[in-house]
Amino acid sequence: MLSSLGSVGGKSAKPSFVSYVTPEEIKSEKEPSRKEKHPDLLPGEVVFCSASTVLKYTQDDLSQRGVFGALLCTNFRVSFVSDEAPTEEMVRTLFKNKLYGENDIPLSCVDNIYGDKRKLITGGLVKNKYPSKIIIHCKDLRVFQFSLSFSKEEDAKKIFQGIVHHCLEPKSLRCLFAFSYCENTSYPGSYSYCREHLRKKQTVMFDSVEDWTQDMKRTKGNCRVVSENSNFELSPKLPQYFIVPTNVSDEDLTKYQGKGLPMWCWSHHSGCALFKTASIPLVQEDNVCCRMLTAVAHNHLYSVKTEDLSDTLPTVQDILLSYNKFKQFFLIDNTTEFWMSDMKWFSSLDNCGWLDIIRQCLQKAVEVVESLEKENTNVLIMEEGGSDLCCVVSSLVQLMLDPYYRTLLGFQSLVQKEWVAGGHAFLDRSNHLHLKDKVESQSPVFLLFLECVWQLQQQHGPAFQFSETYLTVLSDSVHVPVFTTFLFNNDSHRDSLLRAESPHTQRSPLNCPTVWDWSVQFDCKAQDLFTNPLYTEKPKQDTSVRKSYRPRHLRQLSLPSSAFKTPPKKGFFKDEADNLKKILGVKRLSRWMLSPSSDSPQTSSSVREFYEAWQTKPLDYHGLLLPCLDGPSIRVWMQRYLRWIHDVQILGGGPVAMLSKVSEILGEVQELQRQLDRHGCTLTSNHKGARPRAKTAAAVIAARSSVRLSSSFPFVTSRNWSFKPAIPTSLLQSLMVTGIPGNLADREDDGGPESLV
Amino acid sequence: MTCLNLLTAKDVTYICPYIGALRGTLTVTNYRLFFKCMDREPAFVLDLPLGVVSRVEKIGGASSRGEVSYGLVCKDIRNLRFAHKQMEDSLRKSIFEILMKFAFPVSNGLTIFAFEYGQVYPENVWKVYDAQAEYKRQGLPNESWRITKVNDHYELCDTYPSTLVVPVNIPDEELKRVAAFRAKGRIPVLSWIHPESQATVIRCSQPMVGVNGKRSKDDEKYLQTIMDANAQSHKLFIFDARPSVNAAANKMKGGGYESEDAYQNAELVFLDIHNIHVMRESLRKLKEVVYPNIEESHWFSNLESTHWLEHIKLILAGALRIADKVESGKTSVVVHCSDGWDRTAQLTSLAMVMLDGHYRTIRGFQVLLEKEWLSFGHRFQLRIGHGDKNHTDADRSPVFLQFIDCVWQMTRQFPAAFEFNEYFLITILDHLYSCLFGTFMCNSEQQRVKEELPKKTVSLWAYINSQPEEFTNPLYVNYSNHVLFPVVSMRHLELWVGYYIRWNPRMRPQEPVHQRYKELLAKRAELQKRVEELQREVTNRSASSSSERAGSPTRSITPVQTFV
Repeated sequence: MLSSLGSVGGKSAKPSFVSYVTPEEIKSEKEPSRKEKHPDLLPGEVVFCSASTVLKYTQDDLSQRGVFGALLCTNFRVSFVSDEAPTEEMVRTLFKNKLYGENDIPLSCVDNIYGDKRKLITGGLVKNKYPSKIIIHCKDLRVFQFSLSFSKEEDAKKIFQGIVHHCLEPKSLRCLFAFSYCENTSYPGSYSYCREHLRKKQTVMFDSVEDWTQDMKRTKGNCRVVSENSNFELSPKLPQYFIVPTNVSDEDLTKYQGKGLPMWCWSHHSGCALFKTASIPLVQEDNVCCRMLTAVAHNHLYSVKTEDLSDTLPTVQDILLSYNKFKQFFLIDNTTEFWMSDMKWFSSLDNCGWLDIIRQCLQKAVEVVESLEKENTNVLIMEEGGSDLCCVVSSLVQLMLDPYYRTLLGFQSLVQKEWVAGGHAFLDRSNHLHLKDKVESQSPVFLLFLECVWQLQQQHGPAFQFSETYLTVLSDSVHVPVFTTFLFNNDSHRDSLLRAESPHTQRSPLNCPTVWDWSVQFDCKAQDLFTNPLYTEKPKQDTSVRKSYRPRHLRQLSLPSSAFKTPPKKGFFKDEADNLKKILGVKRLSRWMLSPSSDSPQTSSSVREFYEAWQTKPLDYHGLLLPCLDGPSIRVWMQRYLRWIHDVQILGGGPVAMLSKVSEILGEVQELQRQLDRHGCTLTSNHKGARPRAKTAAAVIAARSSVRLSSSFPFVTSRNWSFKPAIPTSLLQSLMVTGIPGNLADREDDGGPESLV
Repeated sequence: MTCLNLLTAKDVTYICPYIGALRGTLTVTNYRLFFKCMDREPAFVLDLPLGVVSRVEKIGGASSRGEVSYGLVCKDIRNLRFAHKQMEDSLRKSIFEILMKFAFPVSNGLTIFAFEYGQVYPENVWKVYDAQAEYKRQGLPNESWRITKVNDHYELCDTYPSTLVVPVNIPDEELKRVAAFRAKGRIPVLSWIHPESQATVIRCSQPMVGVNGKRSKDDEKYLQTIMDANAQSHKLFIFDARPSVNAAANKMKGGGYESEDAYQNAELVFLDIHNIHVMRESLRKLKEVVYPNIEESHWFSNLESTHWLEHIKLILAGALRIADKVESGKTSVVVHCSDGWDRTAQLTSLAMVMLDGHYRTIRGFQVLLEKEWLSFGHRFQLRIGHGDKNHTDADRSPVFLQFIDCVWQMTRQFPAAFEFNEYFLITILDHLYSCLFGTFMCNSEQQRVKEELPKKTVSLWAYINSQPEEFTNPLYVNYSNHVLFPVVSMRHLELWVGYYIRWNPRMRPQEPVHQRYKELLAKRAELQKRVEELQREVTNRSASSSSERAGSPTRSITPVQTFV
């Protein structure tokens, strides 16, 4: 039975889809079962309001059919519960998120809400008014469309205003779901199964002196661990614990709330190190800056190179603007528009500048790597605040130089070190609270970092233990307001809130999971998809990672020296200590601060040479990694951005087709190895180190039993999709009206006149 | 016999756009140009078949520094520049003249090198394609389709193969009348038949409708018969590859397209693919963008301005629509452009790659090229201009390159669905120009028979099939019954860096997956061997206990069929 939605709904003037069931039918049929519908509520989750007979629909659905169900708003999410029985639910279980399902939107994940005629809804609405349909754009790039035309007016009004209120209007941090969730969860007891416990244990949290000392020892750094801030006495903006050059005096620690203080990030095996700092206002006259530079220089060979990222990289506002343009290409609610925009896809990519920002960050990181690796100079990167692009660049530098950070645990530790302990203002940057005065500070800086990591991973797959799926999930988790990792602006902020919220005021602070407790979101099988089957572990592991790493590394560094006669640059010098001090005493601060940007073309060509010299050496996945930055090499993160768009799913194809094959054979190798072990083969011991970790095999095989895989694996399964190709609509209108010189298009295929007969 | 060393010149400078000037020795033979510079470690070597050269030009006169220089414009997206001291004027002259002569043998009355190449390969692979055998594989002839000998001596159509498949009910006499109504006599014939639904892919040239809207009862009946041969559908789709404007313009020259009035139950669809001139211009622009260096900042806009990927998209989209109609709609389709040897070949062969897993194997792909391209008269000699110095010839066009590019795009989207690898596709393109093998010589089957190519030249497939492991995709999963529908959105199309930008050393090709996979295969073989050895040992020691241990290792690790 066919009926147009508009004719029944009354509210929506123009029917934009066809339902195969009339609402009357629904009502009569479903009335008996119309008791309260709930998603499986999480501990501490409370339903604020709900409406039934809401139609969820998608224009991309070939049948243009919708699904009726209830729409709810809780303190955690907006949730749609379908009236249809959850058939084939088993199919989804492989990669099911335990916190929210495919029809749930965590409140902090809501990006924008649109009403009728795609009018952006901004909150503060006239009472008693509500649109007949709402479109929700999510931060993880899902798009939901709901029609309220069939619901009771009262319900519809309530749910609409509820959603708008809870998703768009300012709220206090305490209202975030994490707090009620954690109060009601016996965490961590319930999460200690799987390998999770182990994994959590091994992710270095950098919340103790030991963690920092350990990391410094690992890299053979020789600096000073500062524990004077453990109660945030030095400054609430500084991390609880951190490392500074040995020469920094106690007196300097307390100045300017930590501004200008060079914070150690990582030590190169040559002895030089990377430091980052929040830049000091230029007006300071008391030589703090000089003292700090001296302290950094003193770390190794009296050399230091400064890099003010505020001068050379886009601002956080630029990043936001660019990303806002970029993400629009993927928030698709209309097939026709999608194919229209396909025509100008490449130039749109260029115009939004997002890929270029990624390239700039990677390039800057390569420059720093070059200074550390080739020139063995200490590097001090700085920016206002010191916790945005400094975090991006310092993390990237470490990923390129240190294979430890390319392991799953190493990577998580890196995020802890540089971002969480490093004081990246996650709360302000994500603006989960929708505070009007924080709108300016919103910016996807962490996502930008993940994008850069993805580029590296894309170019050098076997070097990374974690998979693309892992990065995508991590980027989604930022918007799930459960994890302490992403809820605060810095250590002291976290500390004070968790203490204040603790139910047992006398005792320990509230215990909330970090995002690294992956079992909160995924079961063990699903977590198997976080590892990269292509990852090649280091062949020899009898000695410490660092030890065997070094000689290889050095060999790779034997670059043709003649190619690198770069003239000495401003801001970079190797000199005697006295000389240094003399210069430091005399030179104006600005000379230092302005150094690198002025010679950027030169820097760029130097980076090219550095890359090319590196490229001629045999590739060592456990050594230095550099990204290729040429145009075609920087690409769009397909999995993250295209996974929900039906028209671009490659059914039966995509990277998973390849990876599953690799996983499969990995599993076979592992099985053989096991058999050998069982036979008690004496040779086995020699091979233990090189034993592959075939974790994904099982998961992938499990997945393929009932589902046809596609390029958006594991995020979308194709159970509902008919196996029909997406034929582009509007292929051509604009093709080359301007692009063809002369009358080429009108000419006959064959040049000679004889062919025209 | 064959390779003549024509010239060796020392102290020639090759001006490499990436490394800079390199001084070395230049050797020219009747097949190749060879440059070697010993100053570098390892030695720099440039090895270029002369067939690749499209143009040789002198650059400037004698410069003040006494250097003369000349450039080679190549068909494979690069330009080479050489220079040397003027002092031996005779040398310069000879280098230039020898290049002009031997790079363009056809223009100089010489034979193309393929006719002199005497390498013997284990397999005589001119037999790789046997039309009868291929049609038999497709289940032909059957109750609706017959194989006709009407074109045995290329009398019906001199650009068609001798073996054609036509409807059973149409006698040869009628075929001739249909031929009169189709451009160049290229009548609708069967290219592929669906093994289950019997829906067919039919190819032909445009009907000679003309300005007056001429009709042919024979042609109309013929298409009706084609539709009737497929009981599943009462419709026929006619895909005209051209933009409708161009198709209409062809009426002025006697051509045109089928009117839906005349052809009952037929639906005409234009696929809007542009002509060979537009494609040539697009490739020229692409070369400007990618060679020698890439401008970093506006890469995507520059790429877009070449329209190259838009053309690729349109071709793939056209083939996808054809494959969809045949597979999902169970409907027969007729495909044509103007003459039916450029765009039509692209579309039918791509649709067949989508529809039939056989064409995704190494051998099957060879059959596909031999059939849809070579035997059906894609004019390789004209489109490539083998040995012809007339580089501005308007007949040249990268039609075949586009087809290979489209196939590459599909291998990207379905990395486990093709038996061959990227190197296979690149090798085909390299030998498209090299003039080493006879495969891509001449314009039609008739000409190839006349020139006795199988007797006088070696087939490219002989070379490729002598070392198939080089060209094999280790990730290949043989799901032959599986139809592939690629996504033809720009989001999933990308420039084939491994081909178009391969001369740029910064864009080093990376195949870590394949590498890793090969390592794993080796590892598995090693372990398997060891397990077997052990088991033998165990069996020998005690026959009783071994059976309960692990069972057969080979069974327990039998690869699971990868998803479909």
